[in-house]
Formats: sequence, structure tokens, C-alpha cells
Amino acid sequence: MTQEIKKTNKTEWPLWEVFIRSKAGLDHKHAGSLHAADAQMAVENARDVYTRRMEGVSIWVVESRHIHASDPDQSESMYEPANDKIYRHPTFYNLPEEVKYM
Amino acid sequence: MSNSFQEHFDRLIDSEVTIEPKDWMPDDYRKTLIRQISQHAHSEIVGMLPEGNWITRAPSLRRKAVLLAKVQDEAGHGLYLYSAAETLGVTRDELYNQLHTGKAKYSSIFNYPTLTWADMGAVGWLVDGAAIMNQVPLCRTSYGPYARAMVRVCKEESFHQRQGFEIMLTLSKGTEIQKKMAQDAFNRWWWPSLMMFGPPDAESPHTAQSVRWRIKRLTNDELRQKFVDVTVEQAKVLGLEMPDKDIKWNEERGHHDFGAINWEEFRNVVKGNGPCNKQRLETRKKAWDEGQWVRDAAMAHAEKRKSRKKAA
Ligand SMILES: [Fe+2]
Ligand SMILES: [Fe+2]
Repeated sequence: MTQEIKKTNKTEWPLWEVFIRSKAGLDHKHAGSLHAADAQMAVENARDVYTRRMEGVSIWVVESRHIHASDPDQSESMYEPANDKIYRHPTFYNLPEEVKYM
Repeated sequence: MSNSFQEHFDRLIDSEVTIEPKDWMPDDYRKTLIRQISQHAHSEIVGMLPEGNWITRAPSLRRKAVLLAKVQDEAGHGLYLYSAAETLGVTRDELYNQLHTGKAKYSSIFNYPTLTWADMGAVGWLVDGAAIMNQVPLCRTSYGPYARAMVRVCKEESFHQRQGFEIMLTLSKGTEIQKKMAQDAFNRWWWPSLMMFGPPDAESPHTAQSVRWRIKRLTNDELRQKFVDVTVEQAKVLGLEMPDKDIKWNEERGHHDFGAINWEEFRNVVKGNGPCNKQRLETRKKAWDEGQWVRDAAMAHAEKRKSRKKAA
């Protein structure tokens, strides 16, 4: 059986990640993934699979192997330093009542 | 070391935080998820066969367009779920291989035949109805890619059940023969639909673990009871008779009691001896084998286009 898997694996189409802009003015958002022989086919398949109910006006596809992700085990050192910098938020500053819109 | 990973994982699970593909997870969690998600994916794919059987024979253009759209949705559901399983480190080919060699199971319901047009009504109403009941709680499952796939699936499922109910309603308001047809389909699909929720809780040893992991949110019996309760009301609207003489409202429990399920039949179908097991698997394998040249040609074409681009 392992041999069978090897044989079929050689022909498995590459995996693509699909990003869809749901309407004009919004950014593309990850929708899911699919297999396709090339980029053109990936876009066509993404249209059939992820936009059957007018979920999108624009599609990006990128081969999954090109995506580099941060390591969840490093989350602490990555994101913790932002924790004690509350002065980056507008609510950190006290303004007199009279200043209504700022 | 591994202990602290385990503790961290348990903490995430217990505080309802989502687990993502690159997070550390126990082997059993990964294995159970791969099995559960791929079984579900296989069910979506094989589930297209009993309905595909009626596309060319739908009674009107409207019904045909609807059925075609529904079956196409099921293909999409299979794809969302296969993709979710692949994030756990198994390849698509491996999953297909497990299906085609009989190593992996799919929902036993799809091993029953669709004999008349009324079956398209009963399948949409009951089978998709039961599936929705199973799936809605999974939108909040602990594994991120699975939960997101389920949200998408559930959004699309609701029209499946409605179109089935509409077929049943039309038939049961139709001629005497049409009404009989609807009742007959109801009778045949009712018990297998109840079996879709799986064996009784007393016989599902892994339920507690799965509930803790949030890859199961309600037990088999809880879901089955919910399904019985809503179906009784819907059958009244249709003016059809429940195919179970023992169905009775139980004031004390606040639920309907219902008759004994033939679990012997269930086990038999799961084992491969249902009316259509062989046929379903053969059809599936044939489609896969006969599509091989298309997959190869697409790959060759892509290669050629790539090298032509390079040369230019
Ligand atoms: Fe589905
Ligand atoms: Fe469905």
C-alpha cells in the first residue's frame, strides 16, 4: 500500500491557498485551499468552489509552499512586548471634557 | 518537556481557545481529528452518488437546477473538509486511497438506494436535516480549520434541507399516488437517518474524550433525540405518518419516546453489507481511475506552459 501511495503522490496537484475579496473596497481574506495543476486552474477552481453564492469579486491564489508563517511557540517573545505599550492606544490619554472630537 | 506541552494544550482546550495547525497537539487528538474529518469528507463525496442518480430524471427544469446545485455543494463540502484534514499532515491522495481501499468509512446512510423521485425529498429533508443537526455544533469545534470549514458547510446546507422538504410537501399535497410515494420514501429513510447519529452513548467509549476535546459537542443520543423531536412536528405539516408506532410525547422528559433502532442492521451496513456498499465504492473508484488521464494531462500541460514561459 505504501507503494500505491507513492505512485499516486507523484501526480498529486500542488496545494494552493485561496484569498477572496468579498466586495469592492475590502481586503482579500483567506477562504480556504484547493489542489490545482497551475495558477490559472487554481483561480478557476477557486471560483467554482468558493464563490458559488457571490462571495467574491476578486480572487488571489498562492501556492501553499510559498507561505511562511510565524512559529506559535514563539508567540510570547513575538507579541508580549506590545503588552506594556498601552500609550500606543488613544484611550491612554486624558483630555478635558470640553475637547469633544479628538 | 512533553508534559508542559500537554498542559499548555489542555489549558487552551479548557479555555475554549482554538487550536491551529502549527500548534503542538497530542498524537491522539491529531489522529482522531484526521479520522473524523476525513470520514466526514468521504461522506460528502460518496453522498453525491445517490442524488446524482436522479439529476437527469428530475421532473422539471427547476428541480433539476436545484438538485444539480445541491450535489455541487456536496462536492465543495468534501473539498473544504479534505483541506482541513490536510492541515493535520495527511495528503489528499492518502485520504482517497483510504476511501478506495475500504480502510476509511463514510456515513452508512449512503449505502441505501434512491428508488423514486420522492427519495430526493426524503434525503434532503431527513439526511441533510440530520447532517445539519450533527454539524452545527461543530462550527465551534476546537480545531480551527475544521471549525471554519464547518461554518462554510452549514451556511450552504440550509437550502439542502429546505429543497427536500419542499419536494415532500409538493408530493404530499399532490395526487394519492404522489402522497403514497412520499410516505414510502419517509418510511425507508427514517430509520437509517436515526442511525446517522451513531451508536448509542453507552456503546461509544470515546465520546467523553471527544467532548473534552470539543471535537464533539453533543452526544449521539442527545442529537438523535433532538432530531426526533423536530421531525415529528415537521411530519405533521407534511401530513405524513411517522414510520414508528412507538413514537409518543413524554411529558416527564419533555421529549418524544421512540421505538428501538435495529443496530444489527447498522453494524451490517457499516461492515459493508448494505444494499449499495459495493456499488458506491465501485462507482467512486471508477470515477477516480477514469479521471487519471485528466489529472496527468493537466499536470503535463502546466509543466509545458511553465517551461515555455521560461524559454520566452
Ligand atoms: Fe454537505
Ligand atoms: Fe447537504
